Amino acid sequence: MAITSAYRTRSDALPLRSFKAKGRPSAIASVGVYAPEKIITNFDLEKMMDTSDKWITERTGIHRRHIAEPGTTTLQLATKAARSALDAAGITAKDLDMILVGTSSPDGPFPSIACRIQDELDAPGAVAWDTLAACTSFMYGLSIADSFIATERADTVLVVGAEVLSRYLNYSDRGTAVIFGDGAGAAVVKTAPKGAGFLSWCLGSDGRGYAQVTCGNIEKGAYAAKDPQPYIDMVGPDVFKFAVDIFIRQANEVCEKAGVALEEIDLWVPHQANYRIIDAAARRIGLPLDRVAINIDEYGNTSSASIPLALEEAIRKGRVKSGDHVLLAGFGSGLTWGACLLKWA
Amino acid sequence: MATQLDFKELQDLAAEILGIEPDQVQLDKSFAKDLAADSLDLVELIAAVEDKYDVELPEAELEQMKVIGDLWKFLEQKTAERLEA
Repeated sequence: MAITSAYRTRSDALPLRSFKAKGRPSAIASVGVYAPEKIITNFDLEKMMDTSDKWITERTGIHRRHIAEPGTTTLQLATKAARSALDAAGITAKDLDMILVGTSSPDGPFPSIACRIQDELDAPGAVAWDTLAACTSFMYGLSIADSFIATERADTVLVVGAEVLSRYLNYSDRGTAVIFGDGAGAAVVKTAPKGAGFLSWCLGSDGRGYAQVTCGNIEKGAYAAKDPQPYIDMVGPDVFKFAVDIFIRQANEVCEKAGVALEEIDLWVPHQANYRIIDAAARRIGLPLDRVAINIDEYGNTSSASIPLALEEAIRKGRVKSGDHVLLAGFGSGLTWGACLLKWA
Repeated sequence: MATQLDFKELQDLAAEILGIEPDQVQLDKSFAKDLAADSLDLVELIAAVEDKYDVELPEAELEQMKVIGDLWKFLEQKTAERLEA
């Protein structure tokens, strides 16, 4: 049921930074994804820890998650998604001017996964680097792609979100272990006709909230403290409140900047963190769930991969048509957030 | 925030968030037992209350919220503090 009372921004809320897209337009030309074959269901988790299918389903909307076999690299998932996106766009890696990978679970400190993908795809020359903005990484990557194309520093950019978060899960913490999954998604971003593609952006961070979602010894630093096994930790209620609030505010911001009414959003593709967060925000934005792309039931929260995983499924199911207004929105550890409104090319 | 609190307003807000009838929202009603609200429903309601009344409920006090009356008492206290300020 939609919530009818007007949403109010708290007086102490941080002003958001939002922009109307300028310069040469760009658009998402294709999306490719990959998720590991191995699936862990809620019933499997019941046997591993103190939890139940009912508890997980009611509080998260998650039924299954894809988990990489031990030894799988993030690079392997990322490369498969990248190849799929290139194929779907009908281009080769040689056409790329830039490769951006968003990940919070790299295979090592360096070199970047972006450079490793570049080598795997045999496309030397393009600018390649990784971005770490936790679950918002893919949105930040898209915004960088749009900026470089707008300023004519690139024509074709590959943006990837890939995670093997299962490395950081503590199966004695039912608050986090049941939520996350592994996966990868990639998008080819290309120049677009005027009036199509990215219309507006809302991007920001609030480092005051750094402790809300963490991995490993945060005060001393996981590396410096030689933390042998960093685990994901989360202050659930705080994240829930932040997430619902930032989803609603970002939707309002990007629509206002683009001069598009909230009712004109044809599809919202939110970061898949928790069904309850998406549902609460959708009701307050006034979007019926048939205009929201949700597949958290199948994948859990795959951090930077969740938006491309949900977007690809929506495209495959024919839910995105040329001319549609598509809202992509994410938030994550940092705290970070990012959203954009697209007129689908 | 209005200087005078209107319980009907809180009833409407809670009913909207929890998907129940406003009449069901009474001071002695337990979130968990009477209104079938789980921890996330409560967080969502608190977030809506914080937005509407421009107040902040500390994390530690969240666990103390058992019945609607607890939430109402918290709002009354905040209103009193503001009038004094």
